[in-house]
Amino acid sequence: MLTVRGISRSFGDHKVLDEVSFDVRPGRMTGFLGANGSGKTTTMRIVLGVLAAHGGTVSWKGTEVGPDNRPDFGYMPEERGLYPKMKVRDQITWLARLHGVDRETARRNTDELLEDLELTGRAGDRLEELSLGNQQRVQIAAALVHEPDVLILDEPFSGLDPLAVETVLDVLRKRAAAGVPVLFSSHQLAIVERLCDDVVIISKGRIAANGSREELRAKHAGDRYEIVVEQDAGWVRDVPGVTILELDGPRAVFEAAPQQVLRAALDRGEVRSFTPVVPTLDEIFKEVI
Amino acid sequence: MARASFSQATWLVAEREMKTLVGTKGFWIGFLFTIAGLFALTVLPTVFGGDDPEVAVVGSASQVVQGKALDVREVGSVQEAADLVRADEVEAAIVPDGAGIKVLALNSPPNSVIRELVESPPVELLEGSVVTSGQRSVTVIVFGLVFLMFGMGGAAIAQSTVTEKQTRIVEILVSTVPVRALLAGKILGHTILTLGQVVVLALVAPIALRVAGLGELLGVVAPALGWFVPFLMLGFVLISSLWAVAGALVSRQEDLGSTMGLVMLAVMGPYFGVQFFYENPVVLKWMSFVPFTAGVAMPVRLFAEQAAAWEALLSMGILAATVVVILLVASRLYTGSLLQTGARVKLSKAWAPAE
Repeated sequence: MLTVRGISRSFGDHKVLDEVSFDVRPGRMTGFLGANGSGKTTTMRIVLGVLAAHGGTVSWKGTEVGPDNRPDFGYMPEERGLYPKMKVRDQITWLARLHGVDRETARRNTDELLEDLELTGRAGDRLEELSLGNQQRVQIAAALVHEPDVLILDEPFSGLDPLAVETVLDVLRKRAAAGVPVLFSSHQLAIVERLCDDVVIISKGRIAANGSREELRAKHAGDRYEIVVEQDAGWVRDVPGVTILELDGPRAVFEAAPQQVLRAALDRGEVRSFTPVVPTLDEIFKEVI
Repeated sequence: MARASFSQATWLVAEREMKTLVGTKGFWIGFLFTIAGLFALTVLPTVFGGDDPEVAVVGSASQVVQGKALDVREVGSVQEAADLVRADEVEAAIVPDGAGIKVLALNSPPNSVIRELVESPPVELLEGSVVTSGQRSVTVIVFGLVFLMFGMGGAAIAQSTVTEKQTRIVEILVSTVPVRALLAGKILGHTILTLGQVVVLALVAPIALRVAGLGELLGVVAPALGWFVPFLMLGFVLISSLWAVAGALVSRQEDLGSTMGLVMLAVMGPYFGVQFFYENPVVLKWMSFVPFTAGVAMPVRLFAEQAAAWEALLSMGILAATVVVILLVASRLYTGSLLQTGARVKLSKAWAPAE
């Protein structure tokens, strides 16, 4: 498990991170959400040692993260960059070797990744000759080629078209399934909603919410339900203690007293559906920040 | 998981630097230019300056020029000879004048012709040297130029550093290997490449000298060359670390000019210093012990047999010690500025301990 505990950081007088703590669990995709300037990138840079923290610790499997275990991490920085004039395959292989992978494995991993990312045809081209979307895929390959134990990806999906998002997603899921903790930041909540297991929401340098997606939803679900009956559902407002939020013919959204409403509905006829209303990440996000 | 050791990381960085540089046109153009320049310096003077002067000779004057190193054209009259001089077809005309001869020239005494016509007195050198002043100046120019070319070539280190900062790949590199390995790899890679070029030059130089008919000079230059190569390499490492810092202080290629000036001064200053003062033994002696100028000044003194081996060793020791100090300083400045983006990093900020 990657453990972040009490990380703080200031730039001048401006406190960017204030006692940030969260965990990234093995085999889980953890979405790191926050508005622009909320401290996502700063946190990730501190985890990777690119920036020093002004307090707090980051540890991996109980050992503080430093030059000894950091090469086991895979990192995709927010500001993309590889050598523009270096050929794609050479570049990825070289980065693998810099992480300590032997030549043979480096070559094999590179070819497999390029295949998975549908870049095999561009392997011999210089990076600068590729479209931005393809350069982004190469950047993903650069973060994965040394079979990292931990993946830290800053906005890995920005700039990708929907098809590329799927391709990259498959590759990342494969890693997570193999037991690698994956921390990725994003401001595209729909994507995060769909693919993350855990969510960490940061706001103004503080952790605003943190937990598994289901936990968070349940926690923020409140006492809200939706019922769909045969005929007009107007009678729901007469059930004692109930507050109607939406009423639309046979459909009603209300708060409190679910059992009474359900019983009353069954007395009147058939119930088409009855569900607790789960908030979307978007709603949770807006609520907590 | 396996881990790249410091030396492996350094070597990987060095290898990439070399492959990248060798893959650029600029590298080969620069190298060919250096070889061509050396050939031109040594060969061209003999090709263009080696011909005997052409003279027009009238009547009895022809006896005087016999057996002299002059290209003789016999003409019928003084008038005809004067016309050839005016038309600039010959350098001078030698005509009878009473019992002797007279030399006609256009607007200045033709020294090369006169030298052939007079008998020079015997000369005895009290402090003879195998090295003539001409040979010495050629050596100063050649050593100086080679040093200048390679010293400036080190700018590639600054460029490669800025490329890494500008593209931000530096974040991946720094989170993977120690910053010192990056710096060491860059210096090592470029030093090996420079050494390779020096070796090629050292192989080509004897050919150039033979072509120029200066074969005997080779025997004199060879020992000085033996000293020049280690001095050159140490000097290169010194300059390289400065180039690396110059690159690390800025974030964009466009800003590189603002930090390169000082390093260029450190390369060109010694070059011009030696070119101007090599005939002043006192200044040259001082320069041969100052680390930046020693690379050229000491081999020149050795070539002119003005310095003993112990002086060379002492100077090399001073240079090596300076290299170590500068490397330590550069490594701290490089580390302190590599991840700072935006405006040019002030030296004091680069030196300050990381926040």
